[in-house]
Amino acid sequence: MSKIDEIINGVLAGNRRKIAKAITIAESSPEEAKNLIASIYPHTGKAQIIGLTGPGGAGKSTLIEKMVREYRRRGKTVGVIAVDPTSPFTGGAFLGDRIRMQELSTDEGVFIRSMATRNNPGGIAKATKDAVKILDAAGKDVIIVETVGAGQSEVEIIKVAQTIIVIHAPGLGDEIQAIKAGIMEIADIFVVNKADRENADKAVMDIQAMLQLDNKEKPWTPPIIKTVALTGEGVPKLIEKIEEHWQFLKKELLHKRSLEKAEAELIEAIKEKVTSSIIEKLKREKRFEKVLQQIVEREIDPASAAEKLLNQELE
Amino acid sequence: MQSGKKIRVLIAKPGLDSHDRGAKIVARALRDAGMEVIYTGLRQTPEQIVETALQEDVDVIGLSILSGAHLALFPRIMELLRQKGLTDVLVFAGGIIPEEDIPELKKIGIKEVFGPGTPTEMIIKYVLENMQKRT
Amino acid sequence: MFDKQKIEEIAKERQRWEKTTLPNWIKHCPERKKEFQNHSGMVIKGLYTPEDIKDMDYMRDLGFPGEYPFTRGLHATMYRGRLWTMRMFAGYGTAEDTNKRFKYLLSEGETGLSTAFDYPTIMGYDSDHPMARGEVGVCGVAISSLQDMEILFDSIPLDRVTTSMTINGPAPILLAMYVAVGDKQGVPREKLGGTTQNDNLKEFFAQKLCIFPPKPSLKLSVDVIEYCARYLPKWNPISISGYHIREAGATAVQELAFTIYDGIAYVEETLKRGLKVDDFAPRLSFFFASHNDFFEEIAKFRAARRLWARIMKERFHAKNPRSMWMRMHVQTSGCTLTAQQPLNNIVRTTIQALAAVLGGTQSLHTNSFDEALCLPTEESVRVALRTQQIIAYESGAANTVDPLAGSYYVEALTNEMEEKVMEYIQKIDDMGGVIPAIEKGFFQKEIAESAYRYQKEIEEKKRTLVGVNEYAIEGEKCPVKLLRVDPSVEKKQMERLQKLKRERDNRKVEEALEKLHYAAEKDENLMPIIIEAVKAYATLGEITEGLRKVYGEYKELIII
Repeated sequence: MSKIDEIINGVLAGNRRKIAKAITIAESSPEEAKNLIASIYPHTGKAQIIGLTGPGGAGKSTLIEKMVREYRRRGKTVGVIAVDPTSPFTGGAFLGDRIRMQELSTDEGVFIRSMATRNNPGGIAKATKDAVKILDAAGKDVIIVETVGAGQSEVEIIKVAQTIIVIHAPGLGDEIQAIKAGIMEIADIFVVNKADRENADKAVMDIQAMLQLDNKEKPWTPPIIKTVALTGEGVPKLIEKIEEHWQFLKKELLHKRSLEKAEAELIEAIKEKVTSSIIEKLKREKRFEKVLQQIVEREIDPASAAEKLLNQELE
Repeated sequence: MQSGKKIRVLIAKPGLDSHDRGAKIVARALRDAGMEVIYTGLRQTPEQIVETALQEDVDVIGLSILSGAHLALFPRIMELLRQKGLTDVLVFAGGIIPEEDIPELKKIGIKEVFGPGTPTEMIIKYVLENMQKRT
Repeated sequence: MFDKQKIEEIAKERQRWEKTTLPNWIKHCPERKKEFQNHSGMVIKGLYTPEDIKDMDYMRDLGFPGEYPFTRGLHATMYRGRLWTMRMFAGYGTAEDTNKRFKYLLSEGETGLSTAFDYPTIMGYDSDHPMARGEVGVCGVAISSLQDMEILFDSIPLDRVTTSMTINGPAPILLAMYVAVGDKQGVPREKLGGTTQNDNLKEFFAQKLCIFPPKPSLKLSVDVIEYCARYLPKWNPISISGYHIREAGATAVQELAFTIYDGIAYVEETLKRGLKVDDFAPRLSFFFASHNDFFEEIAKFRAARRLWARIMKERFHAKNPRSMWMRMHVQTSGCTLTAQQPLNNIVRTTIQALAAVLGGTQSLHTNSFDEALCLPTEESVRVALRTQQIIAYESGAANTVDPLAGSYYVEALTNEMEEKVMEYIQKIDDMGGVIPAIEKGFFQKEIAESAYRYQKEIEEKKRTLVGVNEYAIEGEKCPVKLLRVDPSVEKKQMERLQKLKRERDNRKVEEALEKLHYAAEKDENLMPIIIEAVKAYATLGEITEGLRKVYGEYKELIII
C-alpha cells in the first residue's frame, strides 16, 4: 500500500495519527491533497459543521471547550479546528487557542487541530475546508471551526460551516462596530458571552437593535443566547439552538445551502486551476516576465496588461 | 523539504512549576524564525503533551522544566511517544537540568538539552539544521 | 528647591560648558554609546544639575524620615536604630525535615521563620494527587493536612517566633492551619505574628501559580486581609509582590506600577467589606526585586514609598501615618544570576543588596551565587548572608539616613519613576481596574514585550552580560546540580496522608466541606469555615477541590 493510501484508509478508520498526517498534507502538499480529498469525498457530508467567529477576547476558545464537553455528554464525537493568524513578515505563527481545551486532548472522542492562516484572507486557512472534510470522513459527528477572530470580514466561514455562531462579549468596547461592519449578516445564532457582567444586557440590546434594522422577511431569525463560558452556563441552551437550526436547515435549506457551498467550491477550484495553468503557460512562453518589465517601466498598467495577455490566451 | 511544508513545533511545559519566561521566549523566537509554534500552557501531563503532539502533527517538541521533576516525567513522555508511533519527532529539552542527568535523558531519546543562558539563535539553528537533515 | 535666578545662572553656565569644554572632550574621547538607557528605557543624560530638579520642593517631595511622604525612609533613625531584617527562605522534604531545620535556625538565634512550600501544596494538590508525581517535597515542604502542619511546628512555640509563608492561592488554608496549631498550643490568636504572601493578583500575569479565576482569587486574598484585621492583629495578611513581576521580565517602572496597582485593588476590595482604611492598611506589606541597574533600583524604592504614601493619603484618605507606610521586603533578583562563571553572582548580589539598603528596605533576602545551577548549598547561603552583614557593618552605608538624597541624578530619576508609574496607573484606571486589565492580557503583554526585548538586547550584545555575551570562558562547563530529595519523601508523605484519611472522622470532614461549599456560594468570608475544616482534618486538596467546584479553575491567557 502506498503511503497516501495508508493515510486514506487510516482517516476512514478514524486513526488519530493518520488524521493528523492527512491535515498536514492538506496544508502543505496541494497535489497529494487533491488525491486525498478525492478519495475521501464520498465519505463526507455526515458531520454537522459549526463555525464560530467574533472579536478576540470574546471567549471563543473557552466557549468551544464547554460546547465540546456538552456534545460529549450527549454521546457525540467532536472535531475542532482553531485558526490563528500567520505573521505576514516572518511566516511564523503562534497557535495558542488549544490551551483552553487541553484537558480535552486526551479524550479519544475529540480531535483538536490548530491551523495557521498562512496569509489566507477571510479568517480561516486555505486548507481549513479540507481539514473539515478529513474530520468528517473520519467520522466526527460535530466539527467546530474557530476563526482567527480579528473581527472584520471573516466571512469565509460560510463556505465551510452550516451553522454560524457570532460571539460577542460586554466590555470589548468598539468591537460591536466590527460585528456590524462584517459578520452581522452571516450569523445564524448570536452568543453574548460573559453574561454575568454588568453590561451584558446592553450587548444583547445592541444586537437586537441591529437585527431590527434589517427588516427583510427571513425564514430564520437568529436567536441571541447568553452564556458564561467560564462556568458553562447557557451552553446546553446554545446546543439546543444549534440543533434547532440544524433541523430547520434540514427541512428548508440544507439542500440549497449545500448547492451554494458546492457552487462556491467549484467556482474556486475552477478559478484556481485556470489561473495556475494560464500563468504557468505564460511563464513557460516567457510572456509573463516580459509584461512584468513593461509594467515596472510604466509602459502599461497591470489591468490592461492582464487583459491583453488573456485576450491572446482565450481567443 | 517540500516548499509548502512549515516546521511545526510544540513547546510544552510538564511539571507543576510556573517558570514560563524561557519557554515563551523560545516559542516567540521560533515563531519569528518562521515556524508554527503550538504552546501547551503550564502544567501538562505527559499524556496531554503526547496527544497534542500527535493531533498537531508536530515535527519538533521542546520540553521546558525547572521544577526538578524531569527524571520523573520525561521517561513517561518518551515512552508514550514511542507507543503512539511518534518516533520521528525531534525532542529537545531546556530549563534547570543537571549535567549528570543529560546522559540518562539522551538514552531515552531526548536529542539535546539546552541549559540556562542558551541564546535563542542557537536553538533556532539547531532546529533548522535537524529539519534539513531529514529531507 | 533653588531660586529661579540661580537656576537661570546654572542653565547659562551649562550651555556655555556644552559649547566650550564638552566638545573638546568628546573629540578626544567620544562617548561609548549613542544613547545610555536604564532597564526601564529611560534615557540617561551625561550630566545632571540642579536644573533637573528645579521644580522639586523639599518638604513636599522628600520631607524628613519617619514623616510623610516617607521618601527618605519610614523610620526617623533608619539603620542607625535597627538594621534591616536579614530573612532567608527555607523549606524542603517532609514536615519533619523542615521542622528540624527550623529548630536549628532558632538555636542559631533566628526568630523569623520563612517557609517555602512544594509545588503540589502551592497549587492546592495533596501529595497523593496524580499531578504531584515527582514534585513532593522537591522545591519546598509538603503540607497536605493539619497533621503535617502540627509536625512542621512541633515544639516551636508560635508566640515566640514569627513565620512568613510563601503561599498564595491556598493562603487561607495554610493560615487556617497555622491558627489551628496556635489554638492547640494555647497561643492567643492576637499573639500570632507573621506574613502570608497571599497576593493572588500578580499570579495571573507574573508567577502564574493560579488556581481560581481572577475574581474569586481576589476575594480569597481579601478574606484573609479582612479576617486578620479583625482577629489576627499582628499578622501581615499580604505581601503585595513586584518581585515575581520583575522576574517574569518587567522593567523597574512596570514592576512598581503593577505592584502599586495591585495594592490599590486590594485596598478597594477590602473597603467594600465595611472596614475603614486605617483598620487594615498599616498591615499591608510589599515585596520587590533589586535588579542590576544600581541607581534605577534606588530611585524605584524611594519613589515606591512616596507613591504609596500619596495614594493612601489622597486616593483613600488614610489618616493614620502607618497606613501610608510602604513596608517592604526586597530580594536580590534571581533572574540576573548567571550559570556561567557563577562566582560573579556574588558581586551582582552585592550591588543589588546595596541598592536595596540605600533605597531603605525593611528586610532583605540575598540570593546565593549558585542559584542558577541548583538549590543553594550551606556555604553559598552563608556567603549570601555575609554579604548583607558586610554591607551592614563594614561599608558604612547604614551610618546615615537616605544617603543619596539630594543627588541630582537620583532625585531626577526618582521623580521620573513616579511620573511613569502614575501614567500606568491612569491607564489601568481607564481600563476599569486590575481585573479587566488581566482579562485583556494587558499586564501579560507588557511583561512579555519587555522580557523579549531584554533577551534580544543580550543576544544582539546591546546589553553586556559579563561572562555570558562578553568575557565568556571558552568551553566553560556549567555544572548544574539539583538538591536531590530522597524519593522516599513522596512515599512517606502519601502513606501518612492515606492513613489520616482512613483514621479521621470522615463524617465530620464531609460536613465541614459541605458547609464550605455553601459558604463559598454565598460569598461569605471563608476563613472561619476553613479553620473549622482544617481542624476536622479536611486536607488542603479537598478544600481546594471544593472551592474549584464553586469558582471554576483558571485557564491562563497566553501572550508571548
